[in-house]
Amino acid sequence: MSLRSPIARARGLGSAKEGTGHWWHQRVSAVALLALVVWFVVSLLMLTGADWATASGWLSNKVNAGLMLLLIVFLFYHLKLGLQVVIEDYVHGEAMKIVSLLLMSGACLAVGLACALAVLDVAFGG
Amino acid sequence: MAKVERPLSPHLGVYRFQITMTMSILHRITGVGLGLGTLLMAWWLIALAMGPGPFDLVQDVVSGWFGRLVLLGFTASLVFHFFNGIRHLAWDVGLGFALPTMRASGWTVAALTVIVTALIWIAGYSMRGI
Ligand code: HEM
Repeated sequence: MSLRSPIARARGLGSAKEGTGHWWHQRVSAVALLALVVWFVVSLLMLTGADWATASGWLSNKVNAGLMLLLIVFLFYHLKLGLQVVIEDYVHGEAMKIVSLLLMSGACLAVGLACALAVLDVAFGG
Repeated sequence: MAKVERPLSPHLGVYRFQITMTMSILHRITGVGLGLGTLLMAWWLIALAMGPGPFDLVQDVVSGWFGRLVLLGFTASLVFHFFNGIRHLAWDVGLGFALPTMRASGWTVAALTVIVTALIWIAGYSMRGI
């Protein structure tokens, strides 16, 4: 007989409390990044040594701005999930772990948001 | 309470070099390094939004010798993490688990990292016309 309640088994979340969600999201973000990173590196190469007018012209293009926003979303999400695993591996003690995780998530959110706002400003700002 | 003899983690110091463990730790190191690199990306984007003055400052810093060294590090890290990431994704769908395959794919990633990083920089320099 299992000691797990039927509802716990039905949810199937296991000891990680969130099932395979974290793992799966990291894979999905990785696959999305495969394509977006190639696009980004090629774009940066085209912009090598570019002046401000050329670079902001590039980012004002709505397709480029859209892809850049996609890159930012997947990149910072992937980074947050990745750093979470690193912290869970190396930081011991529940309090320190929770504080580190909160600071790390907050930092990813803040830097990601700053990037996104900058892109929107270039693409749509005056 | 009786002392429990728990199993220990392997002592990494007594292991001889293996390509597999090197690739594994490099995936983590490059992941964290690229995470720090997002700060540079943020600076670049924000400067772009602020105008020509701030943008030129980023371009100046990045094109100095130290800036180039940092950029080279980020390029190599990204290329490595990219190809080794594909290796991880292949394992996730059950491919390439045999040990000889794992070693071969590890060396392939190492070689690709060097080659593709070099190609990207050659392309970059030829874009500049230097
Ligand atoms: C270029 C496309 C990318 C692919 C295909 C990719 C793939 C992956 C995969 C499959 C993992 C999980 C590895 C594991 O199971 O241990 C991973 C982990 C990670 N990635 Fe990426 N990644 C990419 C880009 C990035 C970028 C741009 C960053 C940073 C901004 C990043 C940061 C990380 C971090 C911090 C981890 C956690 C490392 C660990 O747990 O040891 N990745 N990546």
